[in-house]
Amino acid sequence: MTAKPRTLFEKIWDQHVVHTEEGRQTLLYVDLHLVHEVTSPQAFEALRLAGRTVRRPERTLSTVDHNVPTTDRSLPIVDLVAKQQIDTLRANCQEFGVTLYDIHDPRQGIVHVIGPEQGYTQPGMTIVCGDSHTSTHGAFGALAFGIGTSEVEHVLATQTLLQDKPQTLELRVDGALPPGVTAKDLVLYLIGQITTDGGTGYCVEFTGEAIRALSMENRMTVCNMTIEGGARAGLIAPDGTTYDFLRGRPEVPDDFDAAIRRWQQLPTDAGASYNKSLLFDAAQIGPQVTWGTNPGQVVAIDQCVPRPGDFTDTTDQKAAAAALQYMGLTGGEAITDVRIDRAFIGSCTNGRIEDLRAAAKVAQGTKVADHVDAMVVPGSGLVKEQAEAEGLAEVFQQAGFQWREAGCSMCLAMNPDKLEPGQRCASTSNRNFEGRQGKGGRTHLVSPAMAAAAACAGHFVDIRDWS
Amino acid sequence: MKPFTKHTGLVATMDRANVDTDQIIPKQYLKRIERTGFGEFLFWDWARLEDGSPNPNFELNRPEVQGASVLVARRNFGCGSSREHAPWALEDFGFRVLIAPSFADIFYNNCFKNGMLPIRLSEQQVDDLFAHTSKYSNYQLTADLETCHLGDTHGMDIEFEIEPFRRRCLLEGLDDIGSTLKHEDRITAYEQKSGGFKNGR
Repeated sequence: MTAKPRTLFEKIWDQHVVHTEEGRQTLLYVDLHLVHEVTSPQAFEALRLAGRTVRRPERTLSTVDHNVPTTDRSLPIVDLVAKQQIDTLRANCQEFGVTLYDIHDPRQGIVHVIGPEQGYTQPGMTIVCGDSHTSTHGAFGALAFGIGTSEVEHVLATQTLLQDKPQTLELRVDGALPPGVTAKDLVLYLIGQITTDGGTGYCVEFTGEAIRALSMENRMTVCNMTIEGGARAGLIAPDGTTYDFLRGRPEVPDDFDAAIRRWQQLPTDAGASYNKSLLFDAAQIGPQVTWGTNPGQVVAIDQCVPRPGDFTDTTDQKAAAAALQYMGLTGGEAITDVRIDRAFIGSCTNGRIEDLRAAAKVAQGTKVADHVDAMVVPGSGLVKEQAEAEGLAEVFQQAGFQWREAGCSMCLAMNPDKLEPGQRCASTSNRNFEGRQGKGGRTHLVSPAMAAAAACAGHFVDIRDWS
Repeated sequence: MKPFTKHTGLVATMDRANVDTDQIIPKQYLKRIERTGFGEFLFWDWARLEDGSPNPNFELNRPEVQGASVLVARRNFGCGSSREHAPWALEDFGFRVLIAPSFADIFYNNCFKNGMLPIRLSEQQVDDLFAHTSKYSNYQLTADLETCHLGDTHGMDIEFEIEPFRRRCLLEGLDDIGSTLKHEDRITAYEQKSGGFKNGR
């Protein structure tokens, strides 16, 4: 008798079940717990009050990213409330024996950039973090998802989580992405198609030729934004691209070849079925720009901003009208006519070295438009070092981009990097929610190359026409 | 966690889809290290004018919904960030029951950890609740978690579904960690079987 064919998700799930019984959620083991300053203080405090310890400090990795200034770090942190949160994490890590990549550590950076960078993130793992973009790590074929602070406490104390088993959703993208179309465009397109709650209740697996062709950095961009389509986790099966990326990183298994042989067992078996499968054609995808206040409100660069009347559903019509009003648009404008005031290149979506290379290629030999303020924020200290070694930082600075220290920065504007009311920004981040980048700020999500091009032209441009 | 068995309260409505957690509690309030006191910052950017005074046009600032503890909204409520500060703010503000056609997964889960009951109903049922709220003054709903029924004093009585384990945890106000630690021997056995961190897992 042969075993029942299973999906990648089912294999990881099955392997991590600690306990299951009728009428209860499954107790799932957590291989890696990533911690940052914003969603952890209340969890550590509760642990302390209950007299509990961190069960597996060696499976817990911590950094400061959300709050930290991206300007000169030799200066004291001006925001005292932010400073207290950073100091609190430092004290908690010391008390509970958790590794911390602190603000002056070259490995410091956005939690979803540093996990893969150090090789903590590996195929077949379960990975959680008090951050919805934990889905990023799914690019390695790891089951990775965001949790709330109560669950952070639960994982700290028990190294497990109580979970309902999600359904599986296959998003298959056949064919090859056209020139100028990136992973960011691909995932924005998919969210536009399935809408922001199309993945609710599901674990997504991205499959198909267009996905297989992506680099690890690009796969991370795709999985990062799975949550914007409503699914907590998005997986891509590990393959040679994955193993090549991981080989030689500090935290990978000592016997790497043996690990590869284990990881090769993970991809979805032939004949395994998903609860739902949706099929897309990569050739249909163009460079994307969001026009509204959620990532599903998106069009291709050669299209116009829609009008509320273009939607059939009344809730969608109302949402479109409210979004257009907030965004200072009327509907019907060509996207390429929309002028910007700011550009932000960075975040856990697009703050890795390939993203910076793509943006620098566009910025090379040109200048940021006079009326635009543009900044580049590397995803980690090591990405920053590498970009400087490759000469990318110099390209950006000569073109008039600000070159910053690593952190989440203006993706969520918890630190001093933020939009002023009414300012319009071409951003490589993941959320265009109202006020996300600063109260009254207007965010348009784009790829790194499109953000760099918009910064230089002063308005959105079709990267396929850029020279 | 405080248990939830049955709750009757005034209904407030938000006729908006995709209300994200960035709206529920904007980022400037995430820097606090406490778990309480978030209620006054609930929906801050919508609820306040530039000078910090209440925005009279915001639905939750209307005089007739002051003291509301049941919130009815459109689909995909609580999408976006995993911040548990969102349910903390809703709970601290006074909400105990949230009703929508759908909730985002992480937010939905976070509600149960804080003694709040999120109820998923059909689009039609939610439409009806919006209609009732505008038709009747001082419209109240009773959510009974023992029987899984939602009712009003005008004859409406609908059954809602909830996962049995979540229901039981909420009814009993169970401490998740305490109940998980009853299985500590199983966790230890799992760890022994699967090996250490650097050895390939």
